[in-house]
Amino acid sequence: MTSTTTTTTAATTQYYRFKPWNIGRFLIWSLFAIVLIVSPLLFKSSLALTMLSQMGYLIIICLSYNILLGQGGMLSFGHAVYVGLGSFLAIHVMNMGDKGGLQIPLVAIPLVGGLAGMFFAILLGFVTTKKSGTTFAMITLGIGELVASMALMFPSFFGGEGGITTNRVYGPSFFGFNFGPQIQVYYLIAAYCFVCTALMYAFTGTPLGRMLNAVRDNPERVEFIGYNTQRVRYFAFIIAGFFAGIGGGLASINFEIVNAADSLSAIRSGGYLLFTFLGGAVFFFGPIIGAVLLVFASILLSELSKAWQLYFGLVFVFMVMFAPGGIASLVMMNLRVAKFGKFNRFWLLYVALAVALVPVVVGAAALIEMIYHIQLNSALGPKLNYFGVAIDTSAAASWLGAAAILAVGLAALEVARRRFVRVWGQAQEEIEAEIKRREAA
Amino acid sequence: MNVEFFVISLLNGVSYGLLLFMLSSGLTLIFSMMGVLNFAHASFYMLGAYIAYTLSGIVGFWPALFIAPLLVGLLGAAFERYSLRRVHKFGHVPELLVTFGLSYLILELVQLAWGRSTVPYGLPPQLQGPLFSLYGTQFPKSRSFIMLVAVLMLISVWLLLTRTRIGLVIQAALKHPDMVEALGHNVPRVFMLVFGGGAALAGLAGVVGGNTYVTEPAMAASVGSIIFVVVVVGGMGSLAGAFLASLLIGIIQTFAVAMDQSFAGGLQLLGFTVTDQTFGYELLKLTISQVAPILPYLFLVLILIFRPKGLLGTRED
Repeated sequence: MTSTTTTTTAATTQYYRFKPWNIGRFLIWSLFAIVLIVSPLLFKSSLALTMLSQMGYLIIICLSYNILLGQGGMLSFGHAVYVGLGSFLAIHVMNMGDKGGLQIPLVAIPLVGGLAGMFFAILLGFVTTKKSGTTFAMITLGIGELVASMALMFPSFFGGEGGITTNRVYGPSFFGFNFGPQIQVYYLIAAYCFVCTALMYAFTGTPLGRMLNAVRDNPERVEFIGYNTQRVRYFAFIIAGFFAGIGGGLASINFEIVNAADSLSAIRSGGYLLFTFLGGAVFFFGPIIGAVLLVFASILLSELSKAWQLYFGLVFVFMVMFAPGGIASLVMMNLRVAKFGKFNRFWLLYVALAVALVPVVVGAAALIEMIYHIQLNSALGPKLNYFGVAIDTSAAASWLGAAAILAVGLAALEVARRRFVRVWGQAQEEIEAEIKRREAA
Repeated sequence: MNVEFFVISLLNGVSYGLLLFMLSSGLTLIFSMMGVLNFAHASFYMLGAYIAYTLSGIVGFWPALFIAPLLVGLLGAAFERYSLRRVHKFGHVPELLVTFGLSYLILELVQLAWGRSTVPYGLPPQLQGPLFSLYGTQFPKSRSFIMLVAVLMLISVWLLLTRTRIGLVIQAALKHPDMVEALGHNVPRVFMLVFGGGAALAGLAGVVGGNTYVTEPAMAASVGSIIFVVVVVGGMGSLAGAFLASLLIGIIQTFAVAMDQSFAGGLQLLGFTVTDQTFGYELLKLTISQVAPILPYLFLVLILIFRPKGLLGTRED
């Protein structure tokens, strides 16, 4: 008995690390690269290619945001500033090349964006990182507003309301690629996405990255050891600004247009925050999920319903209340339960939760869609097409019906949730006890 | 710059500053008590304006002046009770995030219920027209009404905090929540009251601000970032600082929008020749009124560089 427990302890403390190569890590990164290479071959439509390209640079942006939020505990409301300014500098350098001035090859344009983001992070971050926590959040908001409204004052650089356009096909081709077709742009974005993700992952292991985690968790103690917490935050802020700028540069290559009113706005910053958090700020890979969700939400869901921002607001608030670690933490918690062989008892509960969730979503969505219909499309008559079912918004029966479905769903969900919380708590306690037992053995 | 312009701008600035203070005082109280920066505070301001707009169509403006803040306060208290309290154990960042999510939701719900454009929330007949005119320039009654409401509110909050039993408990709970709880007071309920009270103050500001200025879905965002500037400039958690900063920013902004001087003009007065070939002409030709929207944020940056704890703040970070 004792011999078996000691071997399992040895296995768990080693985290399956094989020397001299860490095979697990090697596998995951190869898989990531393969997914990046293969996905445009699997999804060939132009919509899919547009979405994949956007996902590529949004992954960089959300990961760079997570250097601040997840690793540094800095809640920034102004990340779009560094992304947007990176975009603007990149687009101006591209225009310069187009007009026959300074020739910088297109493959290096994202780096120009990155350096621009870094420059502004050095400039503005000095003030921003003077404080931490709540005050930091307010200052980033103020600086975000400052830059956004300043951009509209200088129309010759920021293009005013119309924005600035460019042409990405300029200069000599790069090994036969001229980056005219979208597929070539996708592979450029994918290459940057892979390299930047790897670099940002490597950053988490550097001494600065570890100090950043310490500053997040216990700044007072870090000060006592002799580090300047403000300087650690400042350096992290600069690095985040650099990667944000790279994302911005890629965005301007992808769209060939930047608009100050949109790309520098507080709404854009809020979007990065929302989706990074939804993806999961406590794990490195969380923001990748967030970026993918952001693209799905803004392209597919906005086609489906005009109220998609309301739905996302609701999902966000409930996520903060019930799962503050985001989707990534939900995945990892369930993996932990499965690893300790306790997942069997949850199958039925998950099915129950899912079944109870259906009437809640159907009822609530029906109500919201009916109100939206009255508000926006009342000229089209009282009939609303709701997933193939025609609802009459002028009849009381449809309102009562939707409310009744919602109420039934909520009641069922509450019953299922209470049961789930009890079983979940019990399973977690057992796992904690198991871990303690293994440590003691 | 003549006397009449100066006096009227000063009055307008003070009334706008007092409106800002009605918002920032609630924000400061909530922050210093619970450590929560209520991101949705300006959204309660917007809700107050919209609810008052609907109510004044039903019961008239004067009852709405009392009912709307109460409703907003109830909503705020309910949010604290059922959402914020649950998140409290996760720490400050999730608390901020949940209020951020709430501001997002309120904006969407307001657009859902009242539409995306401006609503015609007008002044009641008693507040229309000028209160007095000074050298031919008129000062509207509605702005003086804002000043009156703000001053009454200031006095009653001050009396409530210093002269009543619940005020003393609140003050004690500000500094030593554990000790107050040990003495048998229900501190979570006090928190709920303070949050609801702060939301009600914001709602009151919305009722009187909504018809003097405009009632539209963008009103929360436009005033929201300004009150954050006010709270940081005044010093986090300092009510007196918030008062000073509100007035300062209100006056600076009101004066700035009415001035069309520019650096280029100033240099020309000093005898320099400034043309569009001069270095930095883009920057020099901007008039003060064009720069007005960014002045509060510039002020914020300057304060952070030269006096990081704020005008009257005591906390270093």
